[in-house]
Amino acid sequence: MTTDRAHLEGEFFMSGDEACAEGAISAGCRFFAGYPITPATEIAERMSDRLPEVGGTYIQMEDELASMAAVLGASWGGVKAMTATSGPGFSLMMENIGLGLMMETPCVVANVQRAGPSTGLPTLVAQGDMMQARWGSHGHYSIIALSPSSPQEVYDHAIKAFNLSERFRLPVLVMTDGAVGHMYEKVVIQPRDKVHIVPRRKPKVPPGEYRPYEPDADLVPPMANSGEGYRFHVTGLTHDERGYPAMDAEAQDKLIRRLVEKVEKYSEEIIEMEEDGIDGAGVVICAYGITARVSLIAMERARSEGISVGMLRLVTVWPFPQKRIAEIARQVKAFVVPEINYGQISLEVERSAGGAAKTILVPHMGGAVHDPQVILEAIRQAAK
Amino acid sequence: MQNYSVYASRLIPKREPFAPGHRACIGCGEALAVRLACKALPQNVIIANATGCMEVVSSQFPMTAWRMPWIHTLFENTAAVASGVESALKVMARKGVRPDTGTKVVAMAGDGGTSDIGIQALSGALERGHDFLYICFDNEAYMNTGIQRSSATPFGASTTTSPAGKMSIGQKTWKKNVPAIAAAHDIPYVATASHSYPFDLMAKVAKGVAMPGPAYIHIHSVCPTGWRSAPDLSVRLGRLAVQTGVFPLYEIENGRYKLSMELPEMKPVQDYLKLQGRFRHLTEDTIREIQQRVVEEYEKIKEKAQ
Repeated sequence: MTTDRAHLEGEFFMSGDEACAEGAISAGCRFFAGYPITPATEIAERMSDRLPEVGGTYIQMEDELASMAAVLGASWGGVKAMTATSGPGFSLMMENIGLGLMMETPCVVANVQRAGPSTGLPTLVAQGDMMQARWGSHGHYSIIALSPSSPQEVYDHAIKAFNLSERFRLPVLVMTDGAVGHMYEKVVIQPRDKVHIVPRRKPKVPPGEYRPYEPDADLVPPMANSGEGYRFHVTGLTHDERGYPAMDAEAQDKLIRRLVEKVEKYSEEIIEMEEDGIDGAGVVICAYGITARVSLIAMERARSEGISVGMLRLVTVWPFPQKRIAEIARQVKAFVVPEINYGQISLEVERSAGGAAKTILVPHMGGAVHDPQVILEAIRQAAK
Repeated sequence: MQNYSVYASRLIPKREPFAPGHRACIGCGEALAVRLACKALPQNVIIANATGCMEVVSSQFPMTAWRMPWIHTLFENTAAVASGVESALKVMARKGVRPDTGTKVVAMAGDGGTSDIGIQALSGALERGHDFLYICFDNEAYMNTGIQRSSATPFGASTTTSPAGKMSIGQKTWKKNVPAIAAAHDIPYVATASHSYPFDLMAKVAKGVAMPGPAYIHIHSVCPTGWRSAPDLSVRLGRLAVQTGVFPLYEIENGRYKLSMELPEMKPVQDYLKLQGRFRHLTEDTIREIQQRVVEEYEKIKEKAQ
């Protein structure tokens, strides 16, 4: 144990929500603006307690619109910033998430998913916001979303999310859920020098030559913070490399292509997944978040029945690992996709498989995790 | 109102439109306030209720405490939903689709749903002049999600997101004056009330709902869970809030202020604060600061009421 309050090295017994706050603080997050909402409130509570002692700022805003907007403002002010919410708040944040994407603002949004639509089941688990994470704001864009399945992974993903947001300059979503958020488990925080932190990419040119939206070779522009002497113009309107509004189809084409491609081009670098026994398997379970853990029981039972079944756990959900799924589809009979919604990621699996293998959805409407037996039934059916 | 100190249960209507058996905490002042307010409403009423404690404790499927038509809205849109209901009733009556039965529309929300996330919808509805009554049940924090500060949380109160400690005295800002904001819309009726003065509360609700145009009533509601106070002290705390001047009772009718209860002698705020765990960390200096502010605010209202 160290006395470094900005990075609590050691072993802890923590909830997923608390781990999210600690991960953010380790990543250098010093600004949190949020609004209480079950089951994400503990992230805000932990931040309100912890940020003052590391010189950070916690603000409780008047709603989620303001929370997300304040996070964008803070990021432009030069601070690593985040917010945390659940379904209803996530819906309210959508317009500002789009603004963040358009202005290329690094920040992190944690969505501790609960069952919806609307108020739904405030205290109970779901994975119903996966497509909203992808397409929730209007217009076309690329997004990065992670899906942790344990408090340890929430901690790690909070850091990863900040790193990705700084690397690619966009809001990164940590799509956890009510079960993982409220689950208490061992969380190991490595020594500070073992934790990789990506700093903000600052302009290398003098202020006079700076064009705020002129990208480097990797399509991502360096970012000056306000007050550093660089003149910039930030807008939600379609803009040119100077940041000035450019109201025509050519400018729109150039900008949107870059916003999409800066992520898609590096999707292999971004995508992380975990594979277990896929080679030679007849059936592969494709799962994420809490459902991946529930699926492990079903997988063990199926294996004990002599069914050859593997597991592909999606750690990154967006961008989607379509290449790998297409590869696996050529080797297996079927994918079994359990998720706590009525079929969202299963559609992506089906699309990526391109007809080479069947996709069997195991839906759950939310409020609880799957009964592993239901997943086992689907595996048996898939193996036939 | 006269005879403030009298509490004669026989004088209160026996009707219970807000039925017992709901799941509010022991000593919940808000449930008491809702119950009293509902007794003062006419039978012919539609309630729009924001997400919050009252929604959660009163409507757990398959049961409900509401013996009247009741819509659970979202958190931020109660006044807007009430606007829609009121407009639809008006339009249907005008077109002869449905007879004008004089149905009243009442919006209910907590302090979070009113002073923070819902203030835009409230302001819009007051400005458009819908004929409805908006009641804010103010328990001074987000109690439903577990005691987070709201803009109605009083200065110095410790909550889970304004925790008192070395770097913080708890809530750093003074309570937002929502009745004054409502009054700034030049609506016909604004009032403050407390569940610990039941006759005054019921008279104000009856007056507000009967008044044509928008009316706003702000009801101080003691929350033993969030205030860290003994459940058997809720009624006493409600009274102390009024008697110390922390929460003065008044009406603003067509712009004219009227104190419902004058305080020839204000009790020290200490009497009110010391019964609540959320203020236990306060130093004498801070309490003096609060005392001074309370007197100033009370004097301002008194001046307006002259």
